[in-house]
Amino acid sequence: MEIVLALAIGTLVASGIWLLFRPRTFQVIIGLSLLSYAVNLFILATGRMKTDAPPIVPQGQAVNPALYANPLPQALVLTAIVISFATTALLLVVLLVSRGLTGTDHVDGEEDGDQSDNGKGGQ
Amino acid sequence: MIDWTQHLVITPILLPLLVSAAMLMFDERRRALRRVFSLFTALALIANAIALIHLTGSKGGLALTYSAGNWPVPFGIVLAADRLTALLLLLTSILGFAALIYSVARWDKAGQRFHALFLLMLMGVNGAFLTGDLFNLFVFFEVMLAASYGLALHGAGRARTRAGLHYIAINVATSLLFLIGVSLLYGVTGTLNMADLAVRIPAVPASDIMLLKAGAALLGVAFLVKAGMWPLNFWLPATYAAAAPPVAAMFAILSKVGIYVVLRLSSLMFGDDSGRAGHFADDWLLIGGIATIIYGTLGVLSARRLAPFAGYYLIISSGTLLAAIGTANTAVLAGALFYLVSSTLAIAAFYLLVEPIERGHEEEDELVVEAVFEDELAEALDEEENEIGVVIPATIAILGGGFAFCALLLAGLPPLSGFIAKFSIIDGMLRGGQAILPMHWVYIAAIIVSGLGVLMAATRAGIELIWEPSDRAMPNLRVVEAAPIALLLAICLGLVIMAGPVMRFMEQSAAALEQRELYTRAVLHPSGGAGR
Repeated sequence: MEIVLALAIGTLVASGIWLLFRPRTFQVIIGLSLLSYAVNLFILATGRMKTDAPPIVPQGQAVNPALYANPLPQALVLTAIVISFATTALLLVVLLVSRGLTGTDHVDGEEDGDQSDNGKGGQ
Repeated sequence: MIDWTQHLVITPILLPLLVSAAMLMFDERRRALRRVFSLFTALALIANAIALIHLTGSKGGLALTYSAGNWPVPFGIVLAADRLTALLLLLTSILGFAALIYSVARWDKAGQRFHALFLLMLMGVNGAFLTGDLFNLFVFFEVMLAASYGLALHGAGRARTRAGLHYIAINVATSLLFLIGVSLLYGVTGTLNMADLAVRIPAVPASDIMLLKAGAALLGVAFLVKAGMWPLNFWLPATYAAAAPPVAAMFAILSKVGIYVVLRLSSLMFGDDSGRAGHFADDWLLIGGIATIIYGTLGVLSARRLAPFAGYYLIISSGTLLAAIGTANTAVLAGALFYLVSSTLAIAAFYLLVEPIERGHEEEDELVVEAVFEDELAEALDEEENEIGVVIPATIAILGGGFAFCALLLAGLPPLSGFIAKFSIIDGMLRGGQAILPMHWVYIAAIIVSGLGVLMAATRAGIELIWEPSDRAMPNLRVVEAAPIALLLAICLGLVIMAGPVMRFMEQSAAALEQRELYTRAVLHPSGGAGR
């Protein structure tokens, strides 16, 4: 379980960072999204991995906390998802405005002539 | 024990939130109403911050706390205000008030929902200063940043969109680092409450100390990007220069939020009695701060226009403050707090001055309001001439005087408050009889040389823009534009006249940071029942 999660986070972070450093705004946005998925998984992992365990303790009973999943990271992830969703949406709007004003999807708003190998779509 | 004054800890967050929500109900035509609302909110925030300073003073530096929803402390979110917090709240609200007055002249017409966004940013900044919980700090940081994205883009135009795109992308990536840092700290210590962290960190086993340091370092990087430490600050001058002047003036405090958090966390979590992790970042902060000063000085000297000049000066001031935190010396910290207040006010005044001075210069063209959609700003652009406020005569004398005053403040020359601040930082380092490290000498040299660099650059810019006769039309300066600049500079003058009491207050604030039990005890064991 741990190794699967670690590999997933690693792959997402690697792809996210690579995309983040690309010159096209759309790639940057996808990169940031991938990174935020990785971070969300990472936050979940800090609550210690546990499967098939409820996060909510029944009221008024003495319970063994070892049988329950840690609810706090789940709450944190929820908040982080909402916030990163909102900022990504905002970034998307700015991306469209930038595209409309400059006529290009380059992050600097202008094509650099000498780097033609960065051509359309990053391929 | 429930008296209304304890609610003053949460009103700096609630008030701007509620007013800005209420403001969404009036559309853009009710502009006068919005202005009245936001100016009164800013005034109320100033009064609130003064009351908090008074209250914390009467409690002998013990932090005032407020448990949101009355949850017991390590589990619920707690707000805490000590002297430092109250001081920064006051600084924020004064800046907000001045920037709002200035925006009335014409900038709040340059786009939609200026006042609502501005108040939301005030809420985020206040919340970041007040919160005692790391994850809540993240939330307030995001509130502040989200509002600042909107404000950075206020007025639209190609330059702003480009700078705004970079600004947003960098800050979204930084927020992810913030989250990783927070969750690492949580994974190691099992708590997110800052006071609780301070208590638990000395007990972290040696096997986990690397994880703890990695988490704290990631968190630190997130704040240092905000504070503008070299090499994390290349975005700063361009973004701030592209923003509308009142927004840029307010952005001067955003960098200080980063510095505040670094200061707060390093004093709480990595102080003298934090065991293995104590002071682990001090050398980084000192060296990074000095590098930042050098980079900022080079930038100031190379800046051809005033707005980037102010941005690079902001970088110098961040570097000076970060290096002061890195010295871990209470006397230096007291001077640094004085410097923080004085430099923030001066930078804000400078950003407000820049636009009237450069008005009419041909480079300004890229900064004027530019509509994204055709119908969007038709109304705002049309009524450009029909402004409130009287055009004051002798504009150039006032602008020139203000510019000279600002330049002296920024360069730190006597007799103004910039000099007192730098002098007390240097004096704090030389005082106390302890051996002065070579790095501290470098820091002192950097402070002095940066002052010289700023003076040279400001003189050059002053000669070019104000002294040299030119055939361009006299800029029109309105009273509503001159008043906030005068207000900010008058406060700097007040800092000089009242230097004794102000400096004592700063010394008490710095000493309270050193004694972290004052904070942890107040947060973890609130006497006489928790806040409500």
